[in-house]
Amino acid sequence: MSTIQAAEKPPEDIEIPKPELSIVVEFTGGLEMLFSDQRRHPLSIPVTNKEGNPLTIADLIEHLCNHTMKDTRKELFVLDDHLRPGILVLINDADWELEGEEAYEIQAGDNILFVSTLHGG
Amino acid sequence: MDSVTNKAEQLREKIAQTEKELQNLRRQLNELESPIQNLDVDQGHSSTSTTKQPGEASSPKWKWPLREEEYSRYGRQLILPTVGIKGQLRLKSTAVLIVGAGGLGCPAAAYLAGAGVGTLGVVDGDIVETSNLHRQIAHSTSRVGMMKVDSLVEYCQGLNPNVTYVPHREHLTPQNAEGIVSKYDLVLDCTDHPTSRYLISDICVLLQKPLVSASALRTDGQLIVLNNPAAAQGAANGGPCYRCVFPKPPPADSVVSCGEGGVLGPVVGVMGVLQALEAIKLIAGGIGKAAGSDPKEPVAPSLLLFSATSTTPFRSLRMRSRRPNCFACSAGSTLTLKELGSGSLDYVQFCGVTTPVNVLKPEERISATEYKDILAGKSHKGLLFDVREKEHFDIASIPGAVNVPFSILQRHGRPTVGYLTPEHLSDTIPAEAPIYVVCRVGNDSQIVTRRLKEMGLDGNGERDIRDIKGGMLAWKHEVDRTLPFT
Ligand SMILES: [Zn+2]
Repeated sequence: MSTIQAAEKPPEDIEIPKPELSIVVEFTGGLEMLFSDQRRHPLSIPVTNKEGNPLTIADLIEHLCNHTMKDTRKELFVLDDHLRPGILVLINDADWELEGEEAYEIQAGDNILFVSTLHGG
Repeated sequence: MDSVTNKAEQLREKIAQTEKELQNLRRQLNELESPIQNLDVDQGHSSTSTTKQPGEASSPKWKWPLREEEYSRYGRQLILPTVGIKGQLRLKSTAVLIVGAGGLGCPAAAYLAGAGVGTLGVVDGDIVETSNLHRQIAHSTSRVGMMKVDSLVEYCQGLNPNVTYVPHREHLTPQNAEGIVSKYDLVLDCTDHPTSRYLISDICVLLQKPLVSASALRTDGQLIVLNNPAAAQGAANGGPCYRCVFPKPPPADSVVSCGEGGVLGPVVGVMGVLQALEAIKLIAGGIGKAAGSDPKEPVAPSLLLFSATSTTPFRSLRMRSRRPNCFACSAGSTLTLKELGSGSLDYVQFCGVTTPVNVLKPEERISATEYKDILAGKSHKGLLFDVREKEHFDIASIPGAVNVPFSILQRHGRPTVGYLTPEHLSDTIPAEAPIYVVCRVGNDSQIVTRRLKEMGLDGNGERDIRDIKGGMLAWKHEVDRTLPFT
């Protein structure tokens, strides 16, 4: 019962519309199957995370899991609170390791691409 | 049955033998018809010998670095700045190893043979199957059952007999890797599994060989040149290895093979052709043995993505350089040839193994034969859910089956009974009518059976819910041999 009550509670800070960032998130290498078979997702995401800090890639991954992914197989995207091994993140077509990985702060207009490695041949 | 198989086997052997003889005859004829090829040519010339010296035309001695036939064979690429005579001579003195004679290896080998590399080695322990032919274009219907390596070499031999072909009729293993790879200058990873990809990368790091790696699945492909330049472990100017890019292997359950996921022939073909292209660029530009005294700058590698169905089919991504703490190529790496060769690195273990699903008790399952008897009997037949994807179901299914793709069940958030009504569970079906679940080979069907019970569809045991052991494959073996199995 308590879960139903929680769900009916109005969302927090509804009075102040949160500023949002427009970004494009893309999935390829089979990951799109976890995201409604859609490769390209133009998204509006909050500028800050729960702690009020600028939104990072780590926050974006959480956001995608909670809001964008309809598939139940979360473990094919996130394992132990981190991106599953075998998935590359490209920030504006560059390896996220060139940009600070999970700590990278997302900017308006960013293109974030998630690529699952393929093994077939 | 047995005599037929025996006869077929004999015929296959006879064909293979005759083809070999035919090939031999063609080679003899070819040699007779182009006597110039038999001239002793000094192949040890360095590239400086390519400088033409006019006025010496009276000498009957052949004084050009390539044979006459080679000038006509390679003429179209010789006149390109990317290749030139220097590049062609480099190609001719280079040994390339192709690991995997499949969808990537076939086109890659064909173009490298055509371009005139000196030596082309091919590693593969598999035999040609009919399901390979739609994409593994060097094999042929008449060569089904032959070693892939021999089939590919035969194809390339027909394309360019000037190349020295080395068949390695085995899979690459930690034990044989050093012996095989050390004989080559450049390696192409044309395999299809993470275990081989990590092994190939490691041996290439240890032996300092550049590696052109590609992969494909469904309608997507990926290509990356690794270990370029192929510097020693810890050298700052070396290019990243496979482990730099993918330090941890993906969970075994997330790895989809071409057999399971499907693959479009031209997609994997494009990737194999691109591998050959990268190899030719590397060789013609001078790898390792390049006469350059200037140490090469580390090349920031790029990962090329190909998506056949995307509006932008090609996309190039800037990748990282060497990982400072890389297991294989960093200064702190403890990986050695000795360790690798001893087999103490278990690549299969490292990449994990999928275990067959086993979530149902024996009494929750029935065999294909038992289900056939239910269909033929008088009792209520109940419902049969076929949980394979629609494409599989559309090809062939058991009479009366309802298609409820597993992926839709997975996608549907938390399990709800509503998802299965009213189309699947119509009111006309009595509450006690059994439900049977079938999939491809009997894994997904167990999970779905378990899930349906958790949803309460079994009405606290009132309704029987079971899966068909072994799936459609068992149905084919036990009940309907005509069933096309995909
Ligand atoms: Zn490395």
